[in-house]
Amino acid sequence: MFKMLPEVAGSGAALLNVTIDGRRHAAREGDSVAATLFAAGLPSCRTTPVTGVPRGPYCMMGVCFDCLVVIDGRPNQQGCMVRVRDGMVIERQQGARLVPGVVEVQ
Amino acid sequence: MGKNDMPRSVDIAVIGGGLVGGAIAYGLARGGRDVALLDEGDVAYRASRGNFGLVWVQGKGLGLVSYGAWTQLSARRWPEFARLLGEDTGIDVSLEQRGGFHICLSATELEHRVSTLRRLLDQPGFERYRFDVLDRAAIAARLPGIGAEVVGATFTTLDGHLNPLRLLRALHAGFLGHGGKYLPQCKVERVQPEAKGFVLTSGAATLRSAKIVLAAGLGNASLAPQAGLHAPVRPQRGQIIVLERVRRFLDYPIATVRQTDEGTVMIGDSQEEAGFDETVGTAVLATLASRALRIFPALADVRVNRTWAALRVMSPDGFPVYDQSRTFPGAFVVTCHSGVTLAAAHALELAPRIAAGELGSDVRAFSSERFHVQNAA
Repeated sequence: MFKMLPEVAGSGAALLNVTIDGRRHAAREGDSVAATLFAAGLPSCRTTPVTGVPRGPYCMMGVCFDCLVVIDGRPNQQGCMVRVRDGMVIERQQGARLVPGVVEVQ
Repeated sequence: MGKNDMPRSVDIAVIGGGLVGGAIAYGLARGGRDVALLDEGDVAYRASRGNFGLVWVQGKGLGLVSYGAWTQLSARRWPEFARLLGEDTGIDVSLEQRGGFHICLSATELEHRVSTLRRLLDQPGFERYRFDVLDRAAIAARLPGIGAEVVGATFTTLDGHLNPLRLLRALHAGFLGHGGKYLPQCKVERVQPEAKGFVLTSGAATLRSAKIVLAAGLGNASLAPQAGLHAPVRPQRGQIIVLERVRRFLDYPIATVRQTDEGTVMIGDSQEEAGFDETVGTAVLATLASRALRIFPALADVRVNRTWAALRVMSPDGFPVYDQSRTFPGAFVVTCHSGVTLAAAHALELAPRIAAGELGSDVRAFSSERFHVQNAA
């Protein structure tokens, strides 16, 4: 769906290792988490809390809050505002986050 | 009132399109009356867009037993009312009414709470209801995640909560569906009684109406005297903190914390005398947050999405003002600070009485006569 521009792909940026939903991916140093998801071929990064429909990064500048992901265990992080780091653990977020340590009621 | 479809006259004009005016207008239109609902614009002070969304009985009526009875009547009719709104409009207000908690964070607080509720229920003529005093273990069984400081709670089954914004929308949709005429951008500046009814003025436009209902919230203070009524209401600020949406962890509303049907956590119930000032302040917000964290420590990890303040419509003694003008019969005033709780009573009970021209003995105590110096002496 999204392809990296040839001049960016050939720019020689360092490659980092991250995991997305438990699978290893390469990421470019300097990219945001949202750009990393796109580069990994993952246009959707979460499902919404109320209706459960998929959402993906949209504004890429911190405004729309559609790119929320779990980063290193922290839920509801704006993927477009966080720079990817080596060893980062990224998970796509399913619905609303949990209150830590509190049982979900049905 | 500059619209082409603006009627020249109606049977009943309701002034104020918030939860109070909306509920009465919906009730009147459902009853087949020819009703116009005159609403201000977006600049209006809108308690209806800033409230917390509780249907709340416990603790109400100390000092005025008929307020306790009226509140219970409305709470009991809420399930039926929510069903009616759903049938009429397809809008689900997400009423959950399986009881609510008042949490106490010290033995002294609990003792004070229980004695207040006993005094409330022991008033002569009070329509009694059951309340349970719960210890820590009983609370923890129903509210997972409570903090170590929670020592007890009072619980009543009539309490509940709903989505107040959807309620406002449903009242308007229901009103329109029953043929009501909604007139936005129509702030009523002048009410003039005439031989057979009233003339309402908004800007260059006028509307004649046989009956009028003043439900303009804080605006009632200046409108009421023009129709021989008295509604000395003042703003009382309430601030609310809105957290991220989280998976459902809270199955019951607490007076100060609730989780909406869509997962949002709301924290509220502050009361300040701040005039017409709708701004939030960190001192009050910090107090609200700290108390909520003592009840649910795990919320410390959940972020704040937004905060807001809104103005309650408060009478001198905190009770509603319902009255019909003695000087100009056919002019009614209705105001309260519990637009959600009382919406069922306003639509299903009060509206038919207004249509019939008699408010009824069970709400006689809500007359503004109680504020007259002679009565207080």
